[in-house]
Amino acid sequence: MSDPSSASIVTTPPSTMPTEAGSGAPVDAGLPENARREKPRGLLGDAWRDLRRKPLFWISAAFILVFVVMAAFPWLFTGGDAVNGSLSNSQVKPSGDAWFGYDVQGRDVYARVIYGARASILVALVSTIGTLLIGGTIGMIAGYRGGWVDALLSRFADIFFGLPFVLGAIVILTTFNGADSNNNEWQIMGLVVMSLVVLSWPVVMRLMRSSVLATKEADYIVAARALGAGTGRIILKHLLPNCLAPLLVYGTILVGSFIGAEATLSFLGIGLKSPVVSWGIMISEAQNYIRISPFLLFFPAAFLVTAVLSFVMLGEAVREALDPKLR
Amino acid sequence: MGRYLLRRLLQLVPVFIGTTFLIYWLVWSVPGDPFAGKCGDRRCPDAYINFMTEKYQLDESIWVQYATYMKNLFQGDFGSTWNNREVADIIATAYPNTLKLALVALLIEAVIGLSAGVLTGLRRGGFLDNLVLVSTLFLIALPVFVVGFVLQWLLGVKWGIINPTVSNEMRLSELIVPGFVLGSASMAYVARVARTSIAENRRADYVRTAIAKGLPMRRVVGVHLLRNSLIPVVTLLGTDLGALMGGAIVTEGIFSINGIGRAVLRAIVTKESATVVSIVVVLVLVYLLMNLVVDLLYAALDPRIRYE
Amino acid sequence: MSDILVTEQSKPGADGSGRPSGRLLEVEDLRVEFRTRDGVAKVINGVTYHVDAGETLAVLGESGSGKSVTAQTIMGILDTPPGFVTGGQVRFHGKDMLAMSAEERRRIRGEGIAMVFQDALSALNPVFTVGFQIAEQFRVRRGLSRADAKKRAIEMLDQVKIPNAKGRFSNYPHQFSGGMRQRAMIAMSLALDPEVLIADEPTTALDVTVQAQIMDLLAEMQRERQMGLILITHDLGVVADVADRIAVMYAGRIVEEANVYDLYAKPAHPYTIGLIDSIPRMDEKGQQLRTIKGLPPNLMNIPPGCPFNPRCPMAQPVCREKVPPLLQVGVSRASACHFAEELVNRD
Repeated sequence: MSDPSSASIVTTPPSTMPTEAGSGAPVDAGLPENARREKPRGLLGDAWRDLRRKPLFWISAAFILVFVVMAAFPWLFTGGDAVNGSLSNSQVKPSGDAWFGYDVQGRDVYARVIYGARASILVALVSTIGTLLIGGTIGMIAGYRGGWVDALLSRFADIFFGLPFVLGAIVILTTFNGADSNNNEWQIMGLVVMSLVVLSWPVVMRLMRSSVLATKEADYIVAARALGAGTGRIILKHLLPNCLAPLLVYGTILVGSFIGAEATLSFLGIGLKSPVVSWGIMISEAQNYIRISPFLLFFPAAFLVTAVLSFVMLGEAVREALDPKLR
Repeated sequence: MGRYLLRRLLQLVPVFIGTTFLIYWLVWSVPGDPFAGKCGDRRCPDAYINFMTEKYQLDESIWVQYATYMKNLFQGDFGSTWNNREVADIIATAYPNTLKLALVALLIEAVIGLSAGVLTGLRRGGFLDNLVLVSTLFLIALPVFVVGFVLQWLLGVKWGIINPTVSNEMRLSELIVPGFVLGSASMAYVARVARTSIAENRRADYVRTAIAKGLPMRRVVGVHLLRNSLIPVVTLLGTDLGALMGGAIVTEGIFSINGIGRAVLRAIVTKESATVVSIVVVLVLVYLLMNLVVDLLYAALDPRIRYE
Repeated sequence: MSDILVTEQSKPGADGSGRPSGRLLEVEDLRVEFRTRDGVAKVINGVTYHVDAGETLAVLGESGSGKSVTAQTIMGILDTPPGFVTGGQVRFHGKDMLAMSAEERRRIRGEGIAMVFQDALSALNPVFTVGFQIAEQFRVRRGLSRADAKKRAIEMLDQVKIPNAKGRFSNYPHQFSGGMRQRAMIAMSLALDPEVLIADEPTTALDVTVQAQIMDLLAEMQRERQMGLILITHDLGVVADVADRIAVMYAGRIVEEANVYDLYAKPAHPYTIGLIDSIPRMDEKGQQLRTIKGLPPNLMNIPPGCPFNPRCPMAQPVCREKVPPLLQVGVSRASACHFAEELVNRD
């Protein structure tokens, strides 16, 4: 804080002529600290300062890190075999040997839960990236071009928006991935990703479109256009940075919901299929043994819920930090 | 208002056609042979193939097929299954059950979500507030089938408080837990939207004015604050009813409720193309009309919105 | 009126009832601070003023000087947190409102003291008709029937000269023009016939042409009803015609109080001098506008001594050491400047 003695050195010599009030030396002791106080930190800087103080942010970020490492290097967590088991171990309860017990086919549930992270997170991440890219691009075009382009693209988005999510996914997946189709696991994964993207992009498109519409008429964009900046430059340099924040927040939450959606589809028997390991498949397989071996349901469900919750919480924390209204 | 309504209705037409065409194309055209596996494990009877080919003009292009189908639909002909059951009958049997479940879910989410949201919005930062924030996050994050399973197992199997499945009579008491499961995520959203809305409006100038007028606190909150804060909540509930009426495939499946969601799932599994398309068409129509209703509701609630 | 402007604070009675001064509304040594994440801002640092029936007090100051916060504290609509009253009294008919129960205070609002806000668009509830918001007071506070309350509300709209009052009754705030909306706001505040009206920058949000009309309306209402009017403004030009006395605020303190004539003719505080000098004048066209250099102090860190000293062209060493108390200078006026006597006695 400013030191009064230094202030007195620079203060105007006292004058008894009040009419000179306005023309005296412009030095003001209050100024330096005011200037410091109002130094702009920027929205992102503010948000980061806010985020750093939130335990929820750190907890969810730590969990996400663990899950991502788990998906990339599952062998760091377990030496067990996720795919093969011995029927003699069928439905053996959790013990010191096998922390999470064995499933119906005698496979180690702990190893399966660890290896299950890969498919679940991979599908969710790829679907999120696809949804953001497609929805973001179409939303940007619709918002920026306006007019009939906007009307056409918006109606087109409405078509997909009008389909209830689970219903739409079931129709798409049974059409391309019916019981009699013999797709390999990568093709199935691709189909699941496609159905998630096809049914989700309109939300991102609307989000992008409305934030482009809100930013497009901002004075600095109008000024940039008046100065002769080209369309590409305006979009990349001015619009995108301003419209990206809400998109990224939504994307984080989307990863969480997609993990849940993938599990739901696998659970309904139309998503990923054995021998692929995923939490949804495990839950689906466990449902028939719920009365005898509830732990078969419990462990994959716990991992699923923790993963979904971590992404949703992270997105939530970032959203709160970015929204000045909530401070 | 009248012109706005007309314009919105006209906007719905291309969306309706687009969505239903998409479904029609996916179900009838993409798999190739429209009869492959459609009659269970056996090959479809020739009589049926001939009848269907003629009725749906399957030897014509997809456009003609679709147009014919729509023409029949608007004449009240929803088609029939391969064993000659009217699809309209299936819908008429299943839809009331779905509607019942949807209304129970809506009621639960409105009552619980709203009370939680209003209480925490008025008193932010306390124990209750944090409890609601964390539990709503959980409800949002949990996939419906996990909530359904856990509750079914805990309440139905382990503690035996409820019947794990719902009987055909669809008694109200049986629908409470399925309704809760179905509405759980939306309940969390309702609570959060109400909380944010109340907290934002609580510091609004007009609330201050109402206090300065010397109105009793319960009137300031109950009339001035609530009336404004409920606008986003009511529209959220309306949109949600539209989604709930689209059937609850997962919830109906878990609790064995004979609703439209289960009917459509069964039709998809048994490859009853005519049934799938007809049910989806009805659901899309309901969903679009509900969204229109929500728009109008919004206008009715907020006098500042003018439609012209 | 011979005003006894508080000098050495005579402490009010310990029972909180204060001295029976016969004053309508008096604020004494009020202190308010805002406790925020970044620190404690001392927003009001011992404000003392009063208003009597039939008189208009103008409270003048820059934004952040604490004039609105004082009004909010009087009305009991201070946002807590962050705002906390840390000392002083607000006496209405001699009784300290800050010591009253919430219910007692509520009864005073509207009937005893009412308030007109700056921005009528946000101060009126957007989802209720203007008529409902006025009639509501008659129904809730006076127990009138719906029909009677409506009749009275239309009368009120009529009194503030809103044309076609009957038709306007069922309009929403956004359907009014800015000036009409502020008239409706005034009608609402006057509905219960208050003894004191606080008008917080009532014309700031309006067009210049409309400003004068609203000021005239306020002055007329004040005369007719013999209310005490506290007019909060940052615009010296607005107050000249309507105010009896002016209190100038700076950094949460009253720095000068005087009747209008004295204040304009011979300001007794360098800040007031600066304010008056910064009014653009027709006869000095072409010259640079005069301003007060510098910025108001950071309320989290008010400079020691006189809070105005860093900006004061007359500042002496004593100004950086001692806070000048608000002392009486001459007849019925006061100034919080170490050199107030010299300023008043200069020619």
